[in-house]
Amino acid sequence: MISGLVLAAAAFAGEVTIWHAYRGGEREALESLAATWQERHPGVTVLPVFVPSEALADKLQAAVPHGSGPDLFVYAQDRIADWSDREIILPVPAEDGGWHPVAVEALTFGDQRWGWPLSTKCAALFYNRALVPEPPGTTDALVALARSLTREGRYGLVYEVASAYHNAGWLHGFGGGVFAGGGGVALDHPANIAAYRFIQDLALSVVPSEPTGALVTQMFNEGRAAMTLNGPWFLAELDPALSWGVAPLPVVSATGLPAAPYVSVEAVFLARRSGEAEALGAWLAADEAALLRQEQGRQVVASVGVPVTDPALSAFRGQLDHAVPLPTRAEMPQTWEPLARALRRLTRGAASPEAAASEAQSWYKVLTRPSPEPASPWPYLGVAALALAGVGWRFGPKLWAQPLRQWAFAYVWVAPAFLGMTLLTVLPFILGAAISLYDDEGTTFVGVSHFLDILLARDFPFWSPMSFWATLLVTLTWTLANVALHVGLGVTLAMLLREPWVRMRGVFRALLILPWAVPSYITALIWKGMFHKQFGAINALLALFGVEPVSWFASFSTAFAANLATNTWLGFPFMMVVTLGALQSIPRDLEEAAALDGADGWQRFRHVTLPLLKPALLPAVILGSVWTFNMFNIIFLVSGGEPDGSTDLLISQAYRWAFTRGHRYGYAAAYAVIIFGVLVIYGRVANRLAGRKVL
Amino acid sequence: MQTPGPLRMILVHIALLAVTLLTLFPVLWVVKMAVEPGQALQLTVNPFPTSFSLQNFRDVVSTTAADGTWLFGWQLLNSLVISGATALVGLCLACTAGYALSRWGFPGREEAMGLFLLTQMFPGVMMSVPLYMLLERAGLLDTMTGLILVYSTTSVPFATWNLKGYFDTIPKDLEEAAMMDGAGRWTTFTKIILPLARPALAVTGLFAFISAWNEFILAATMLGDERRYTLPIVLKGYVGEFSAEWGHFAAAAILVSVPVTVLFFILQRHLVEGLTAGSVKG
Repeated sequence: MISGLVLAAAAFAGEVTIWHAYRGGEREALESLAATWQERHPGVTVLPVFVPSEALADKLQAAVPHGSGPDLFVYAQDRIADWSDREIILPVPAEDGGWHPVAVEALTFGDQRWGWPLSTKCAALFYNRALVPEPPGTTDALVALARSLTREGRYGLVYEVASAYHNAGWLHGFGGGVFAGGGGVALDHPANIAAYRFIQDLALSVVPSEPTGALVTQMFNEGRAAMTLNGPWFLAELDPALSWGVAPLPVVSATGLPAAPYVSVEAVFLARRSGEAEALGAWLAADEAALLRQEQGRQVVASVGVPVTDPALSAFRGQLDHAVPLPTRAEMPQTWEPLARALRRLTRGAASPEAAASEAQSWYKVLTRPSPEPASPWPYLGVAALALAGVGWRFGPKLWAQPLRQWAFAYVWVAPAFLGMTLLTVLPFILGAAISLYDDEGTTFVGVSHFLDILLARDFPFWSPMSFWATLLVTLTWTLANVALHVGLGVTLAMLLREPWVRMRGVFRALLILPWAVPSYITALIWKGMFHKQFGAINALLALFGVEPVSWFASFSTAFAANLATNTWLGFPFMMVVTLGALQSIPRDLEEAAALDGADGWQRFRHVTLPLLKPALLPAVILGSVWTFNMFNIIFLVSGGEPDGSTDLLISQAYRWAFTRGHRYGYAAAYAVIIFGVLVIYGRVANRLAGRKVL
Repeated sequence: MQTPGPLRMILVHIALLAVTLLTLFPVLWVVKMAVEPGQALQLTVNPFPTSFSLQNFRDVVSTTAADGTWLFGWQLLNSLVISGATALVGLCLACTAGYALSRWGFPGREEAMGLFLLTQMFPGVMMSVPLYMLLERAGLLDTMTGLILVYSTTSVPFATWNLKGYFDTIPKDLEEAAMMDGAGRWTTFTKIILPLARPALAVTGLFAFISAWNEFILAATMLGDERRYTLPIVLKGYVGEFSAEWGHFAAAAILVSVPVTVLFFILQRHLVEGLTAGSVKG
């Protein structure tokens, strides 16, 4: 009894850490709420910690199971199923806090309440009052209005038309949805096909191509988009000079049902139970705190008792009456990618609604294929033992034959680097590789089934962009093309920059290594913008030469070319500098002698300079090709694998299997091991081709 | 070598100018987004700013925590300390290994070289989860030390390999002479070889510095306190899930790139000499 009291008191007089990804006004609101709570509860420290949104989920999943996570955190409700299962979040009392029923519904899973709802985010219809005096009430009216407004660089409706999230409203309005029909996942349900047709019509008639979030903002602010579907986050991006309004989504004329967008409910979740954390969590969601979050953070708060004066916020609250909570079912994470693929194909006009629907459904089936059968580990242990014995037999005598003591000093010199590398590079890789022999939960030993699935292309035809062999072919082409361009451009520039008659060599050299100095994820994003079909600089430049706008990410060859251009830009300075260095040690009298013998420029390069450059270039080429083979950033940020994953490399496929296709860790680890195997073979072949051991 | 004709010279200069302009184009865009007010992604042809404001820079530099701590200052300091320490630790680990590999044909030397190359073949994005578990065990999670150790060991293979290449080009007679005079291996190494290898040390250190300076994924996974964050985490934070502050992103990108670019220019001369990329002797 006494010890219980002491414990409770200790828990109360502690520190409460709360992780969040809030920025701007929302962040200020949370921080001032934390300060208020501290004032009212002396002895309690509240620590709000900002974590970038893309890192927050991974970090929680890594930290909380090891007891090193926060007490509370703010996140959307869509991962409840997974997180409650893994005890990343804990249940909270199912109180009535005066929240909108849709928010309560969203946080209820398995008959328990998970977290306290803070705010809601769902899409609604933004319109430019100068162009749209009265928001359309039905989809027929919407389409007619949008068509009449689409002309001369202006578009009737601009939204992220290929995004599954932004189109959810239409799916539900047509009577469909991911779980249409009340059973399991039904991406090919007839109601969904009707919605796909509607979306395709919108995309091909009134929406500009490749509308990214940034483009939507820009066009709406410039008055070139009459309407857009967007969420409350859009309020912060609007130009204050613009006259705009927000209305609920229209009623779908074909069914008479209101279009019901997904609503995601941001809640404060309990990660570590303590009286103090629970009290704070409940208070943050209550009316008093909600009012401040609404006024200072401009949130659409879940507390319906809080009066709203802002017309935009009240329109969003109105939309809540016709909204569907983002499903928390365990199948949900695996539906995003199939649906997104279908929408991308539809909105490009590359597939009919029926074809896209059946592709989406079968792709979903592949992603959710049951785990392989458990296997007995004994044969594997036997093979491992044999392999170890083989290594011992191969290298043991060599080591014993040589007087080890004689070389002890050399081993001491190498030891620090070797130890560090073994512990922090080799060991993590072996640990990661071991996962490949287990199922995706990491609990059942399945042997080499993942490897067989990948190498035999069990889920896809061999020629499908998703199959390992097609991806390998793309990766090899990518590597070869890049290295050829890097070396070609790098060597050419270096040969020019060493000539004494070239003016301002120092300036050129300094400017040309700039791509190397700027972090690659920054420039990759810039390049992606430059390749935009309607608004990118590349098409604008091509237009000067009378070339029709190219839709860069709609076909494999152009998307590949876009990636290639970006990576060439990033990679040539390295080769240029390596060549410049190597050229310094090559005496020019040999070339002069060749010139006297009548050799022209190309002959001199081919027969005199190049052979001398080769020893220095070969290792750089081999290392460069290994880096290019695993170049993840560019693929991910520029083409994103478009179209339909055909420009994905092995490394980005592995990443997708691990992190965006429903956490198939075992399968992804097998991919990583295979990538490593391919590179080892490549290294051997390269050494053989070079005629000596280069590395 | 004789100078080519005037037509050829002009053509070469025009070609160089064109390539340089193409190279600068994306960089100019970042500058444009940073100095123009507003947060939109600029998608116009003209890469030159049409208006000018330092507001984005002011916003980025003046971020403070709830209790008034100057966050940007701390984060800049973290980045400097972590990257600097990474370069230093990486060099210390790599220079002795590179020297041993260059000079002594001990058993296992070939295998060690092979292992260094093999580590470059590990798919990097797949390593963050196992690394997290290891650091967690070692109690180094959420510490600068942990991150410095990870970064410096990651930089060791390339560093060792590049330094070995440079040591290979230093004639052995120098050491032999010193040894004759009675100097030990260590003295010879520190007094004679290391000073000669200065360009290679500078370049190798620069590489380790840059890779740590630009790294985002591991840093975001391993660090849990905003005051310990490095700048790339903050930079990525500006382009969030639902909204993107491109103006702030660009301004921060410039602030992040400037120190590295300056280092590059300072070390440019060394860069050409010190990046041996495997020497002629092999």
